[in-house]
Amino acid sequence: MSAQNVVYLDNNATTRVAPEVLEAMLPFFSERYGNPSSMHAFGGSVGSEMRQARESLADLLGCGTDEIIFTSCGTESDNTAIRSALTAQPEKRHIVTTRVEHPAVLSLCKFLERSQGYRVTYLGVDAEGKLDMQELTDSLNDDTAIVSIMWANNETGVIFPIEQIAELTRSRGIMLHTDAVQAVGKIPMQLSKTGVDMLSLSGHKLHAPKGVGALFVRRKLPYRPYLIGGHQEHGKRAGTENTTGIIALGAAAKAAKAHLPSENTTVRALRDRLESALLASVPDSRLNGHKTERLPNTSNISFKYIEGEAILLLLDQLGIAASSGSACTSGSLEPSHVLRAMGVPFTFAHGSIRFSLSRYTTDADVDYVIKNVPQIIETLRKISPYKQGAADPLSPLDSKPPCGC
Amino acid sequence: MWEYTDIVKEHFLNPKNVGEMKDASCVGEVGSIACGDALKLFLKIEDGIIRDASFQTFGCASAIASSSALTELVKGKTVDEAMKITNKDIAAALGGLPKEKMHCSVMGEEALEAAIKSYRGEDVGSHEHSEGEIVCECFGVTDEQILHAVRENDLKTIEDVTYYTKAGGGCAKCHEKIEALIAQARGEAAPTPAPAPKKLSNLQRMKLIEEVLEKEIRPRLQLDGGDIELADIDGLTVVVNLRGRCTGCPASQATVQGTVQGILREKVDPEIVVREA
Ligand SMILES: Cc1ncc(COP(=O)(O)O)c(C=O)c1O
Ligand code: FES
Repeated sequence: MSAQNVVYLDNNATTRVAPEVLEAMLPFFSERYGNPSSMHAFGGSVGSEMRQARESLADLLGCGTDEIIFTSCGTESDNTAIRSALTAQPEKRHIVTTRVEHPAVLSLCKFLERSQGYRVTYLGVDAEGKLDMQELTDSLNDDTAIVSIMWANNETGVIFPIEQIAELTRSRGIMLHTDAVQAVGKIPMQLSKTGVDMLSLSGHKLHAPKGVGALFVRRKLPYRPYLIGGHQEHGKRAGTENTTGIIALGAAAKAAKAHLPSENTTVRALRDRLESALLASVPDSRLNGHKTERLPNTSNISFKYIEGEAILLLLDQLGIAASSGSACTSGSLEPSHVLRAMGVPFTFAHGSIRFSLSRYTTDADVDYVIKNVPQIIETLRKISPYKQGAADPLSPLDSKPPCGC
Repeated sequence: MWEYTDIVKEHFLNPKNVGEMKDASCVGEVGSIACGDALKLFLKIEDGIIRDASFQTFGCASAIASSSALTELVKGKTVDEAMKITNKDIAAALGGLPKEKMHCSVMGEEALEAAIKSYRGEDVGSHEHSEGEIVCECFGVTDEQILHAVRENDLKTIEDVTYYTKAGGGCAKCHEKIEALIAQARGEAAPTPAPAPKKLSNLQRMKLIEEVLEKEIRPRLQLDGGDIELADIDGLTVVVNLRGRCTGCPASQATVQGTVQGILREKVDPEIVVREA
């Protein structure tokens, strides 16, 4: 299936490489294959292009070029940041994070807890996906090595008040890392004016290709590299640079900066139109996540009585690409950990669909989805034993012992 | 994305026999909305023959396809014949299911069994998993269901059991019990927890020390950017060199004493002493 005949509303999973990004990177696959570390001009000139890429990214983040380390993906950035904080402060054994992090943070924390004996506090969220600042404050202590809290949630788009959190961690002298993989390019940021110590981002979420990411590390912050080897990235991340990826990320950062306003006007308007139309036309549907403290491109909607994978496959039949937090699609048997942390009832959690837009989403795309979703939901609800006014035909099913999943 | 066969897709996109049957002779219900799939099977039985079947399913594509295929399978069969239908038959009728989705076919078999039992007036209990004791609380799966699935499908691992019954797919608390049930069903002795340590010969001990260092200790230190080399083994004394990040690290003494010696004492001999070269 080609990009022409798909309505792509899964931009939180990955994005299209922007044409200007592709154009910028292509020469570095072919003629300009030099190694930026080389002494000759052929390689060295690649290095100067990389410098420009670093400047563009620093400009988008509002930080210094010397505060950026290029990596291979968001996951590497997350892992590097958390491990660095722990290695740099070996006497501290406590980590604070949230229950709704991406597995790139959550699984690492669970691993550190299980096999290395770290203590981890997993902060909860309320029904709208928001953090309790008091709970965060109370969780901090002298043993806390790092607080790692995402800037925006990949499933619901809910935004955490990172700047406010940074004031708190800074006042307590505790390192703060934020997974901003979903936030960069959608939320304006000026890192030099915040207390954020480390920030992870990933190229493929902002119209650069897969396989490149970056980690912002505040100047003078104690830092320990994850990959040890050559002197690349000033010894902060060894390994010959992914020059094509880095140059692409630079181009993508430049474009993202230019499109930042439209993300919050045009894209937001499209998202809002899609969301309100679906919520209005489909009975027993609900929005997951806070209505306004949310990324402008993300809408996570649950359709009661039916299951997400089935919805996705019917959408797929119509060429609509989205994703779901249902058990069957999460690769596990339980619905999304994010929705469960928010206490979304099971009747809704299994039928959640995430639509995530981008600057390439059109009015026609949104119209097409608005037109087709209601009938898909209707079709599946006809098959389902659960119905509106759940009481009667279902009571035998519902009276079963709740299963703890 | 799951790799579904064309038959699965066809049954999902155009399911057969959907809907409630008002004049059903019996109904079989399994699953629950909390668990992510549920099936309600309706049968019309006359003269011991299943004349008609229909279903309502809450679940993923393969759950819907399994239900649809099941209704087609049972139609025209005698009750006795239908009773012999297993999850394997349902999966086969679909041209196969991804192994992670086999529990959908098991759900079909269970619904059929429940329907026929209720037709025969046998007690189906207050809820669907009436037989046996709940082993997996996360998904409400009983020991009987697990034993049955293991025997029926020749399952060997906990993962297999999860794919077929969902048991063990949540908090993992029940994994030990599942392991014991697999052993029981397969007629094997339950895995005994760590055999009593035997007296090792010198050569065996050296081999074991090398193995534990290589397989358990090194990977752990490497995670922290360190490494370790075996310098010598003298009876119960193990001499090592720390490498990488561990060199000169003030915590290296703690590493040697704590991690390395601790693991070797646990895995090889409680009297082992480790020191740096
Ligand atoms: C919030 C968040 N963090 C981390 C990642 C991982 O990024 P990558 O795929 O580049 O490793 C993702 C991507 O899914 C994400 O959404
Ligand atoms: S009790 Fe079986 S997975 Fe939780």
